[in-house]
Amino acid sequence: MRSILDRVRQGEILVADGAMGTMLFSRGLKAGDCPEALNLTKPALLTEIAQAYFDAGAEIIQTNTFGASPLRLADYSLADQTEEINRKAVKAVRQAVGQQAYVSASCGPSAKILKPYGDTKPEAMFESFKRQVSALIDAGVDIICVETMTDLTEASLAIEATRAVSATIPVMATMTFDATPKGFFTVMGVDIETAAARLATIGADIIGSNCGNGINNMIKIARRFRKHTKLPLLIQSNAGLPEIEDGVLVYPETPEYMAGKAKDLIDAGVSIIGGCCGTTPEHIRAIRQAIE
Amino acid sequence: MGILEQISASLQKGNDTHVAELTRRAIEKKLPPKQILDDGLIGGMAVIGERFKAHEIFLPQVLLAARAMYAGMDLLKPLMIRENIPTSGKVVIGSVQGDLHDIGKNLVAIMLKGAGFEVIDLGSDVTPEQFVSAAEKEEAGAIGLSALLTTTMPVMKQVIDLLRERRLLSKIKVIIGGAPVTQKFADQIGADAYAFDGVSAVERVKALIGRE
Repeated sequence: MRSILDRVRQGEILVADGAMGTMLFSRGLKAGDCPEALNLTKPALLTEIAQAYFDAGAEIIQTNTFGASPLRLADYSLADQTEEINRKAVKAVRQAVGQQAYVSASCGPSAKILKPYGDTKPEAMFESFKRQVSALIDAGVDIICVETMTDLTEASLAIEATRAVSATIPVMATMTFDATPKGFFTVMGVDIETAAARLATIGADIIGSNCGNGINNMIKIARRFRKHTKLPLLIQSNAGLPEIEDGVLVYPETPEYMAGKAKDLIDAGVSIIGGCCGTTPEHIRAIRQAIE
Repeated sequence: MGILEQISASLQKGNDTHVAELTRRAIEKKLPPKQILDDGLIGGMAVIGERFKAHEIFLPQVLLAARAMYAGMDLLKPLMIRENIPTSGKVVIGSVQGDLHDIGKNLVAIMLKGAGFEVIDLGSDVTPEQFVSAAEKEEAGAIGLSALLTTTMPVMKQVIDLLRERRLLSKIKVIIGGAPVTQKFADQIGADAYAFDGVSAVERVKALIGRE
C-alpha cells in the first residue's frame, strides 16, 4: 500500500469509515459498559463492523480504542489491560481489511481536565497517551488518529506522545467544535484558527474536525480550516444532531443527504471524508459513490 | 471598589488566593457572612454563569472561577453554620445509573453552589435507590438528574417511580437535564422541571425550592 500521506498530498480524496460507538450501541452495548472491553470479549463483532465499512468503500478504518488510554480505562478498572485492549482492537480490524485499507488508531480524550483547571498533571496525561500509542504502533497500525479533542493542550500532548514513540508514523488530529453566535469554538474555548496553527506546529500531518456537528456546519468548519492551514484536511461529520423519536435516538441526516454534500466538502479542500456519530456503512457507501 | 465588589471581581478572574484573602478581610471587618456570600461570591458566580451562557467565556474560566468561589465559601461555611444561617436550599445531584459522563452535571453543581445552594453530589453512575435514600437522609428539597446517553434516560423515570412508591413525590422535587433530555421528556415522565443548561438549572431550582 502506498503511504496515506503521499496519496492525500497528491490530491487524492480518501473515504474513511463512519461511527463506531452508535454501531456498538445498536449491537447490544449497554450504557455504562466500557466499549473497549469488547476488544477482549467480542473481537469478532469489531471485525464485523470493520468489514462492513470496508465493504462500503472506506479505505481508512478506525480501531475501537477511543477510550483505551489507561487514564480512561481506569474508570472501569481496566488500566492494567491497556496493551491487550489496544492490541486486540488492531488485530480485529486488520483481520477484516488485511493490507487493502489503512488501519487508523482512534485516540480519544482522557476525560480528565488538566491543571490548573482540573487535577490532572500534563506528565500523567502524556504518559497515558504514550502507553496507548506504543501498544497501537506495536500492533501495526498505519496511522494514529487523535480525535474529538476540545482541549488543545491535551491534543498536543497526545501528538507529542505519538512522536515520542515514532518519528515517522502519520498522525491525524481532529477537534470538536460547537457552533456559537460568535463562531465555532470547542467547549474549552479553542477556535479553528488557533487549533490549525498549534496542531501543525506540534507535528500533526492531517488535521480537521469530527463529531458535534452535522454536515452543513462541517462544511463551514472545513472552509475555515482551509483558510488557516496548508495541511491536508479530515472531516468526520455526525449524521446531524440526534433527536428523540418515541424514546429512541434518531440521527436525521440520511446517507443520500450527506453524500449530496460531499462535493461541498471537497470544494472546501477536504482530503479525507468519513463519518461520526449516527453514520453507518450506508452513509459511507453513498459518500463513496458520490465521490466517484 | 468596595470589598464585596472586589471579591466578585477576583472570583470572575479565577483568582482563588485573592478571593480567600478578601473574604478573610471582609469577615474581619465584621460584614455579615450572608452579605459576603450574596454580594461577593454569588454575585460573581452569577456573572460567570451568564457569560458562559453567552459564549463569552468557556469551561476553563468557569472551572477557575468555581475554585475561587470554593476558596471563599470554605471560610464562610463555619460562620454560616455557627450563626444558623440557612442556605438557599439543599439539592442532591448525580449522573444516572449507567452514565459516566459528568462534565454537565459538574457544571450544574458549580452553578447551584454558586447560587448559595447546598449540593450533595453523588457523582456518576448513581442508582435510583442511592438518589432517593440520599435525598431522604439529607432532607433535600430537590434531586437533580443528569444523562448524556439516551440509553440511560429511562433511569430518570425509575427515580420518580421510586419517590412515588415511598410517598416522597410531594416533598422532593425532581429536575432533569443533559444533552438528549427535553422538556417533552420531562413532561412524559412527570419530572417537576427540565433545565437546558447550568444557568437555567439554577432558575428552575430556585422556582421549585428556593427560600428568600
